[in-house]
Amino acid sequence: MTEGEDGNALRTTPILSGVPMSDSATAPRLTALHKTHEEAGATLVDFAGWLMPLRYSSETAEHTAVREAAGLFDLSHMGEIRLTGPQAAEALDHALVGFLSKVKVGRARYTMITAEDGGVLDDLIVYRLGEQEYLVVANAANVPVVASALAERASGFDVEVADESADYSLIAIQGPRAVEILAPLTDADLDDIRYYAGYEHTVAGVPVLLARTGYTGEDGFEIFVRPADRAPEVWAALMAEGAPHGLVPAGLSSRDTLRMEAGMPLYGQELNAGLTPFDAGLGRVVKLDKPGDFVGRAALEEASRTARERRLIGLVSRGRRPLRKGQDVLRDGTVIGVTSSGAPSPTLGRPIAMAYVDGDLDTATGTFTVDVRGRGEEVDVVELPFYKRQS
Amino acid sequence: MSVPTELGYTAKHEWIAVRDGIATVGITAYAAESLGDIVFVETPSVGDDVTAGETAGEVESTKSVSDIYSPVTGEVVEVNEALEDAPETINSDPFEGGWLFRVRVSEEPADLLSAEEYTKLTEGEN
Repeated sequence: MTEGEDGNALRTTPILSGVPMSDSATAPRLTALHKTHEEAGATLVDFAGWLMPLRYSSETAEHTAVREAAGLFDLSHMGEIRLTGPQAAEALDHALVGFLSKVKVGRARYTMITAEDGGVLDDLIVYRLGEQEYLVVANAANVPVVASALAERASGFDVEVADESADYSLIAIQGPRAVEILAPLTDADLDDIRYYAGYEHTVAGVPVLLARTGYTGEDGFEIFVRPADRAPEVWAALMAEGAPHGLVPAGLSSRDTLRMEAGMPLYGQELNAGLTPFDAGLGRVVKLDKPGDFVGRAALEEASRTARERRLIGLVSRGRRPLRKGQDVLRDGTVIGVTSSGAPSPTLGRPIAMAYVDGDLDTATGTFTVDVRGRGEEVDVVELPFYKRQS
Repeated sequence: MSVPTELGYTAKHEWIAVRDGIATVGITAYAAESLGDIVFVETPSVGDDVTAGETAGEVESTKSVSDIYSPVTGEVVEVNEALEDAPETINSDPFEGGWLFRVRVSEEPADLLSAEEYTKLTEGEN
């Protein structure tokens, strides 16, 4: 048995979603929870320059646990960039596509940073910590690009930009039982923390930024732990409290299938510098009505007016063979697009994929197939997301 | 990780058991564990000829696609049809219920590893 692509049967990374493996000449960085993962028997993988848990036991079981109970993720590879100063809000309004000065203290926004040509450099969550203070959370692989772009775009504003990624660990607890597991461990009244809100609190006695955000399609929290080396205390307390509720540690493999089912984009797949937010169907994050100029405005105004060249659709296979990213999508035998992500969906019990197709494509008629290494797998076109939790 | 002593092994992580001229083929527990949850298997069909060292199918996990190489030359006489509905059997029971296909051996397989040799090989990969 050998791996089809590179001759190594046991290298699972070629299809690991997201970003390419880091330069093998440099050893991957370890998170503050590395020892915890090793003790839990995690399969670790080099992801964006970090040695991260891919899975602990069965990734399918981890996925199901998040849908039905809860899962605990180490996301310490994500980057945290702080903007502090009287013009922090104005600087972000100029640097990002969103209207960040309108965000209330304690709330968060999903937004993006684009180049002048409107191409997406990263998708971000921005927390407003104070009148003059924001925390920008970036994808691991993009932290250097985002940090330097923010520093450059903030010059001329009265604000300081600091890449504090190394100071933070990030732990996410996700799933319908996250609230009852977290509640006894925190000083926060969790009913007061709405979706996309975040405040300074304690968890297990450790000071944290506690935010109701996530990337799984479930209710849950992201816990920014500072200093980073106190993460093992928080992790251990959550596992001890949560295990009787069905909480399991969960790796990047289940995180990817969870976000895919929830129809959430992943940078490097659904988003990249060659696409605008409008291409990805996320034009709503671009606030063209905000005052002042911002980087990418002219290109994005143009993109908002013109018919989209491509759009993102969902595909559900009628067969069993998993769909993967980078596979041609055909309508009645003619190539009309390409998959951006694909995986077996544990919740649907079928292979799913997201795909970019021609913007004016009629999906109501015709026979759709995906070319899986020369075999045409018949698929149905569906609305995204594939999965939506009952609220 | 279990490595039954009565089986033969290949360096590509297949196992083989030959009895009365019929070889049963599967992938090892080490391979299944390394790949993660197996979600799809393609075996050869009954009547196909397979050749030692050549591709005889595919196994896909959540995050990987791997070729299965036949450790033996001959004609396929039986395939494990239960794997179509339950490919996860390869994870839970790789050396018994997770067998892939059976071959009427036309040439005795050469170069098989013993359980001890295979164990040494997998320890070297870690």
